Amino acid sequence: MIKAVDLVKDFGHRRAVDGVAFEVEKGTVLGFLGPNGAGKTTTIRMVAGFLPPTEGCIHVKGINVASDPVAAQKSIGYMPETTPLYEDMTVSGFLRFLAEVRGFSGSERNSRVDRAIERCFLQPVRNQTIDTLSKGYRQRTCLAQTLLHDPDILLLDEPTEGLDPNQKQVVRDMIKEMASDRVVMLSTHVLEEVEAICTRAIIISAGKVVADDTPAALKARSSKYNAVTLAAEGTGILPALEKLPNIGKVQTLENGKIVALPKAGKSIAADILGAAQQHKWKVADIKVDEGRLDDVFRQITTTEDTKKKEVA
Amino acid sequence: MKEAASHVFAIAKREWRAYFDSPVAYVFIIIFLMLAGFFTFSLAQFFEAGQADLNGFFQWHPWLYMILVPAVAMRLWAEERRSGTIELLFTVSVTPLQALLGKFAAAWLFMLLALALTFTVPVTAAYLGSPDMGAVLSGYLGSGLLAGAYVAAGMFTSALTRNQVISFILAVVIGLFLILAGYPPVTDLLARWAPVWLVDGVASFSFMPHYEALQRGVIDLRDLAYFASVMIFMLFATQVVLKNKVGR
Repeated sequence: MIKAVDLVKDFGHRRAVDGVAFEVEKGTVLGFLGPNGAGKTTTIRMVAGFLPPTEGCIHVKGINVASDPVAAQKSIGYMPETTPLYEDMTVSGFLRFLAEVRGFSGSERNSRVDRAIERCFLQPVRNQTIDTLSKGYRQRTCLAQTLLHDPDILLLDEPTEGLDPNQKQVVRDMIKEMASDRVVMLSTHVLEEVEAICTRAIIISAGKVVADDTPAALKARSSKYNAVTLAAEGTGILPALEKLPNIGKVQTLENGKIVALPKAGKSIAADILGAAQQHKWKVADIKVDEGRLDDVFRQITTTEDTKKKEVA
Repeated sequence: MKEAASHVFAIAKREWRAYFDSPVAYVFIIIFLMLAGFFTFSLAQFFEAGQADLNGFFQWHPWLYMILVPAVAMRLWAEERRSGTIELLFTVSVTPLQALLGKFAAAWLFMLLALALTFTVPVTAAYLGSPDMGAVLSGYLGSGLLAGAYVAAGMFTSALTRNQVISFILAVVIGLFLILAGYPPVTDLLARWAPVWLVDGVASFSFMPHYEALQRGVIDLRDLAYFASVMIFMLFATQVVLKNKVGR
């Protein structure tokens, strides 16, 4: 559905996006991750046909976005990062305007506006002017606008930014519900969001793709993946653990708990439980670490930064 | 084609409503009518002149438009760029040309509405005497075209910046130039050192000779073509600015 090849975008002498390439198929919720200023918004703007790429090209359903943005935009619903809205219009007036621009009129227009209002839970504010809305409603009004023409592709730039936890949940549920027969591409720097709704995550840093995988696989890259934290009483625990073949490193924490890190790709929980039984340790607590996305994020994006600094 | 027309229409409708959803439309129309009346009846001494023509009415329009039209047009793109809604507008299958035609149509129609509401002036003249109705109509035609040219210029300066004040000032300066370019003190100044063709060239940019011809009741195709070409040039320049500037 979306195919981006070697995208480059320069702003004057600054290169904001530097060779980004990806391909997305139907049914994917693609999370676009990266530190601030990494090029997420610029990339999404290029896919939406708002900015032309300096080099490279994007095809949306086989249409080149830069050469025919009007045709490509027909299958795209785009929510910009700043959730721009016409402040002096009412919610329903705003949606009616966009439905008209999308080519609907009369009862078709009204029913589409009604459905978008329903799907985004905007009924209570539908006749309110936009400048009186709270942040959550503004966000949802801008989201409703993307659904009017039932697009195959949704581009959402930080859709949950600035919402309270309940509102975030509402928006995430909406995105999940919409994703089944579409492509949803969303940018965020909230990592829990990626874990909660994305089926694939691309991390970009300084304009380059530095990781492209499922959230689970990304988590597995964490150095703490499958690490075991153990609270146990007994004698000779540390030396016994160090002898186990799959364990790379054992540390004792300040609170007395023991952390065992596995050798790369190994699973050690069973070995440790076996050893505990054998030596008759009293195990109070044992926890296996699933890896943490923010560790991986930090690992990947900071090493990229330091690499860059070394080159400079 | 049909789709393009519906885009233009939807955008024009939104802009039109944006004028009337805020106090802008009402404040503007009231001030416009008050100033037009003041200039006509007090400064031009419509009654004292004792002539049943509308020269005293029409001759002030270029100056009135110079100040007031930029106030109507400055919002058109500057606001769109400041608030970021331009990102929305240009990602929903609307081309810059369609958007600017819609906005231009709305702003020009709004000016024509304000102009139409001055109908009491010719009615007064017709009541007191018998003015040349042909000249009145061609005067209105000229004033309407003049308003369109100012709107196009104001829209162009609005696209140049996200700051409405800058847009306003630039539009006033362009308007001033287009009025004064053919004004004798200015042409005389130029004629002291410039060759005749240059003086004539600059002077031919001016609104005034074309507008005055229409005011006298002379409808010459060349005058109409002049106003049309000013509008088309300004719209084209707006499109170039939008294509090169948006989002960058």
